[in-house]
Formats: sequence, C-alpha cells, structure tokens
Amino acid sequence: MKGLLKIALKLLANDRGKFFTLILGVTFAVFLMNQMTSMFAGIMRKSTSNVINIGAKMWVMDPSVENDRSSIPLPDYVLDYVRSIKGVAMAVPIYFGSGLVKLPNGTYQGANIIGLDDTTLFGRPPIIKGDLNKIYNSDAFIGVVDADYKRIGSPGIGSVLSINDHRAVIVALAKPASGGLFGTPTLYTTYTRATQDLPQTRYSMSYILLNPKSNADVPYIQAQVKKLGYKALTQKQFEKTIENFYKYKTGMGTNIMIMTLISFIVGLSIAGQTFYAFVLENLEKFGALKAIGAKKYELMAMILFQASVTSFIGYGFGIMISSLMIAISKARIPNYAAIVTYQNMLIAFLMVVVIAGFSSYIGIRKVLKIEPFDVFRG
Amino acid sequence: MKPILEAKNIVKYFGEAEAKTYALKGVNLTAYYGEVLYIVGPSGSGKTTLLSIISGILRPNEGTVTVKDKNIWQLKDDELADFRLNNIGFVFQDYHLFPKLTTTENVSIPLFLKRQNWDESLKEAKYYLEVMGLGSKADLPVYKLSGGEQQRVAIARAVVSKPDILIFDEPTASLDGETGRQIIAFVKEHLLTQDRTIIIVTHDSRIFEYANRILHMEDGKLKSTTDNGKSLNGQKDNIQLEAQ
Repeated sequence: MKGLLKIALKLLANDRGKFFTLILGVTFAVFLMNQMTSMFAGIMRKSTSNVINIGAKMWVMDPSVENDRSSIPLPDYVLDYVRSIKGVAMAVPIYFGSGLVKLPNGTYQGANIIGLDDTTLFGRPPIIKGDLNKIYNSDAFIGVVDADYKRIGSPGIGSVLSINDHRAVIVALAKPASGGLFGTPTLYTTYTRATQDLPQTRYSMSYILLNPKSNADVPYIQAQVKKLGYKALTQKQFEKTIENFYKYKTGMGTNIMIMTLISFIVGLSIAGQTFYAFVLENLEKFGALKAIGAKKYELMAMILFQASVTSFIGYGFGIMISSLMIAISKARIPNYAAIVTYQNMLIAFLMVVVIAGFSSYIGIRKVLKIEPFDVFRG
Repeated sequence: MKPILEAKNIVKYFGEAEAKTYALKGVNLTAYYGEVLYIVGPSGSGKTTLLSIISGILRPNEGTVTVKDKNIWQLKDDELADFRLNNIGFVFQDYHLFPKLTTTENVSIPLFLKRQNWDESLKEAKYYLEVMGLGSKADLPVYKLSGGEQQRVAIARAVVSKPDILIFDEPTASLDGETGRQIIAFVKEHLLTQDRTIIIVTHDSRIFEYANRILHMEDGKLKSTTDNGKSLNGQKDNIQLEAQ
C-alpha cells in the first residue's frame, strides 16, 4: 500500500497548479478560522480581565449581574452575612467604578477605579515599582501599566492627577495578568477612598470577594448566599457568566461564529472544488487502475490520502501564518485581543478534517462509480 | 494446442424491456497459448464488449469465461481484481497513463498494486522500459513523450506484472501506420511467448499480417475466423474456418 500511497501523493503533487490551489484554499480557510477563533478567545479573556486579575476564589453579587462591569451595589449587611457563613475563610468588599482623569492638556479620559478592601488590599495586582504601603497615604493610587495606561499619559511614581476633581498621586505601578477589553486605563486605590472620591448610589459595595476554607465548602456557601437572595460564583463560574454575556447577549459571539463558518465554507468550497476537478481530470485513469486490478478500498485510500495530506499541510501553514500575524499584531498593537489556544487549533483541525473528508467523499464517489468498461468504451 | 481462455455462449445486453439492446448474442471464443488473436469488426459489432467480458471487467448476462481452467465470473469482486492483476495486462486505446508521473512510476503501478516495494518495483519497471527501448526516458514525465512512446510505456505497464494474457484495445488507433506496424511487430517478436496469448481488438487492416487468427465480429456475433497461415494449428492462409 505504501507504494500506492506514494504514487497517489506524487500524482497530486506533480499537478502543481491544483496542488498549490488545494493547499492555498485550506491554508486560507485555516488562517481565517484560527484568526477568528483566536480573536474571540482574546476578547473573552480580556472581557474577564478584572476577575482574572483580582483572583478571588468566589464572588458574591446581585443575582441579575451578567458581567463584572455592570455590578449592582450590595447593601453592607450582605458582607456581614457572608462573613458569618460556615466555611468562609475571609470575605472583603470591593468597589468597581469609573472616574474622569483630567489630562495635562486639559482633556479628560475615563478610567476604571477599583477600590480594594482597606485592611487586606485583597485582589491587588502584582506591584512592579513603588511601595504598596504608600497606598494608605492621602490621595494615593496604584497605576496599572497595561496597553491602556498611556491614555492617561503613562504617569510615573509621584505623578499627580486629577480624578473627578480630586487630587490623586501615583504611589506604585502594577502589572496585571490580563489587559482590559475596552481600552480604559485602570487605577487601584483603597475602598474607602474610592467610595469617597467617586459618585455613589445608596449602596457602594460592588462585589464581595471571598475565599472559602476549602473547595468542599463552595456548594454550602453558594446555597447560603442564595437563601439571602444573592448569588455566589466561583472565579471560573463568574468568568463563564461574563463570557456567556459577550457571546450570547452582545452579538459578538454570533458574528465571530458566522465569520468562522464563512471561512470554513470558503475553504471547503476551494478545496472541494479543486479536488473534484483533479479527480474528474484523472477519472479515466482511476478507471484504468480498476481495470488493471486496483480494489475499491485501494482507490479510496489513495484519494483519502491525497485529500488528507493536502489538508494537513494547509492546516500547518494556516496555523503558522495566523500565529505569526497575531504575534506581529501584538508586538505592534499591545492591546490587540487575540490568543491562539489549543481549543482554537483543535476547532480548526476538526474543520480541516471535515474539509478533507468532504473533498475525499466527492472524489471517492466519482471514482467508485466509474466502471472499467467505460474506460474501454472511451 | 492448449487453450488459455474459453468463452462459451456469451450473451450481453444493455438496458431493460423495450430499451434492451443486445451487444453479444451467444459468442464462443477460444484463445490458445502462444498465439496472437485479433478480434475485428465494424463499430458496434461487440468487439469491446467481448474484450471486456473475457478480461473480467464486464459481467455477461449469460455464458461462461474460463481462464486457465477457472470460471472467472464465479469470482467475487476483489478476487476478480486480483485475477486481472495477476493474469491480464491491458493496453488501452488512449493508454490511460498518468501524465504527471514519470514513465517508470507509471509502469510500476501494477507492482505497487501487488504490494511490491518501491525500489524493487522501479527497478523492474526500468528493465521493461529498457526492453521497450525507452531506457533513456525512464525519468521523464509521460506527457513529454510522443504518442508511440506513450504506447510503449502502456505496453511496459501491461507486461510488468508478467500476465498470461495481454489485451490491446485498438492499439494503432492513435498512431500513424508505420509506428503502429512497428509496435505490433515488436510486441509479437518480444512479448509473445509459449506461455502467453495476445488478444488485440482492432479494425486496422494494416496490422492484420501479425495475427495468428482473426475473429470477425458483426452485429454481436462471431461471423468467421480467419487463419493467417501463421496459426500454430497449421491452417491454410486467409480462409474462413468457421462461422457462428
């Protein structure tokens, strides 16, 4: 069989025009599919950046919260209640809000302000420069050095800003695990200062962050919080909730899914059509092989091998080009939202398997139909 | 004379009911070891249908085909494919070579089908190309060869698996008269052995001189058999021996 498969491959590879068109078609499709799904993964990751960066094991929130940016403030008694639940190791409040930073040129830039629990500073990002203890100085803020930090002029330590007409001094710089989705710079301060400086509703606590004593306590804690009419989610559950919001309630997921599907159809059409043309061109020769003594499964193996090899070469090129493009884009545009994940590559691989299968199927169908007698008849 | 192939009472029709058309109407044929047998006749006389049936690629509606004492139409599909691979070498009218493969690779195909390894197959194929006078063109793609050369590649492919029966379908149809004659003369001189029979379907009278026997077909029947005086059974020149 090895000789036959080698012949099958040479047969296709020597037909350079069709061979390259096939590879190009699959490469293009994989490139687009991987690009789309990577962008999607990147957007999803960025959409959950607050939850990832803060890193609390559980979050307590209003039941109608669908994403971290639209929190519904919680009354203070919820914090006391949560702290009293058996299995809660610690629970602290956190404030999510936004303020207007006045830039030196007189213009304004919106910024996310996160207020950390004054005592524990739980959920703070890793400090890369400056002194964390200075957060307790008056007007102190921590600047998050991500791709969006330059929007407020990349202020260094000691820089004085004006946030909502309040004085703000940068005392430390931090590097988050993940940048945000909306291109808004982020500043951390204490819970007390945040609630003092930013406009308030009746309640000020956006979420309660808690760590359970053990993972076994999670279901009990969730049940107890639910009894009070609120919900407690693990970090993963909250990330999933946010992702689902962007996937299903913003149209972003549907649009990217449609684009991925279109890429798949483009690849399928190019590869299917080219392969079909190749089989048609060689149909009588396959008939002659049948007459000589090739069995059906041998012809099927030849065609399947041809389609698979070209598809997988195309897959390799597609992933390579797409990864390269993403890497270049990220180097040039720091907040470019795309990450190549194993899941994305698996999705593209499965789609390539479908492309190879479909292309082979239409070729095999044609080849199995031809009778050696037709070859004699001409 | 020992027969290698015997076809008895072969009937073949296409279509059903009112559309039923008879291509063969009870044909008997015997081919012997060591002879060149021509099947000739006008278009539509059933030559190609008969050739397809005796070579195991078209199932007859009635009748039996026995090759080396085995009724080939009792074999299953895969067994029949193996039978063709091991016993029959085909040279098609349009050659049906893969133009983008080299001549050696084309010739090796039956050996690959026999699961022979790559290097050995190419070596053997090159030997047959040498025999066919194409040794210098072994590594050229087929599309770079002339019609006559392609014909010889197709012949090399047919003989590489050492079949007992060589079947040629209109071998001179795409060649000029001189090249056609040269090829058939070469085939008879080099490829015909006492262990082999060569069956040629043609209506090219310029190559009749190379036949041992000529079967004349007309309207799905074998009308007559002509012995060219070279028959191994010593019949007279160009006389009609039998009529069906």
